[in-house]
Amino acid sequence: MGGMAAPQVAPVETPDTDDVPAADRQWVTIVWDDPVNLMTYVTWVFQKLFGYSRERAEQLMLDVHHKGRAVVSTGARERMEHDASQLHAYGLWATVDRS
Amino acid sequence: MFRRQAGRYVATFAVDEVRVLRKVANEVVGLLTDGFDHTDPVVGRLFPAVYPKDAADSAEFRRYTEGDLKTAKIDQAGAILAALPDDAGGEVRLDAEAAEAWLRALNDARLAMGVRLEIKDGTDLGEELDDAVTEDPGSSRVFQLSVYAYLGYLQESLLNALID
Repeated sequence: MGGMAAPQVAPVETPDTDDVPAADRQWVTIVWDDPVNLMTYVTWVFQKLFGYSRERAEQLMLDVHHKGRAVVSTGARERMEHDASQLHAYGLWATVDRS
Repeated sequence: MFRRQAGRYVATFAVDEVRVLRKVANEVVGLLTDGFDHTDPVVGRLFPAVYPKDAADSAEFRRYTEGDLKTAKIDQAGAILAALPDDAGGEVRLDAEAAEAWLRALNDARLAMGVRLEIKDGTDLGEELDDAVTEDPGSSRVFQLSVYAYLGYLQESLLNALID
């Protein structure tokens, strides 16, 4: 039998954290639930800022809504602070923490 | 409410709506300029502590980002003021950039009002409004709740026009 390369299975969705080296994956940006922001608006902001698919953005929004918070990005600390300040410009309640 | 028309986002406002939007946008600008006060819970909500468990790191982050964030929020409220007709009813036409500024500014205004009105998860706006009307139909709370509901409706309609 000739050697067969393992099939390259492309994931359905590629979270952008896959491209982040492990050493830089120590911080997270968290978005917290709040009673004012519209669900459709939060979904739109996630798509807009992170380039997430509608499905992924909607899932994150639902996580925020039902679980009270969701990790929306992972990476180096400076990058997470940048994401948080962008989210603040859109009025989302974002914080940064160690992962 | 907003609709998409030849690449623009278009809505027609009555004079009362123009006045309310102008008032609300001016209040946001006031809050971010002369009235800026870190102990105000509205400011706390618009500029959240990025490290809730670390006041020193949060202050450091604030030192570097607050100025830009404040400017961005003043500019987006300004986008509302710039597009409104002068003290009369009329049409507002927004390009994509202005539409996004409006979305963010409407959101800021709703956040500010939400804090003042003590909107919580599960708050039923209709019920709140009924209660406030029963108590005193001429009260400021009735007016504020109506404006808050109106801004939500307007923001949703603009968002739907953008997404469609």
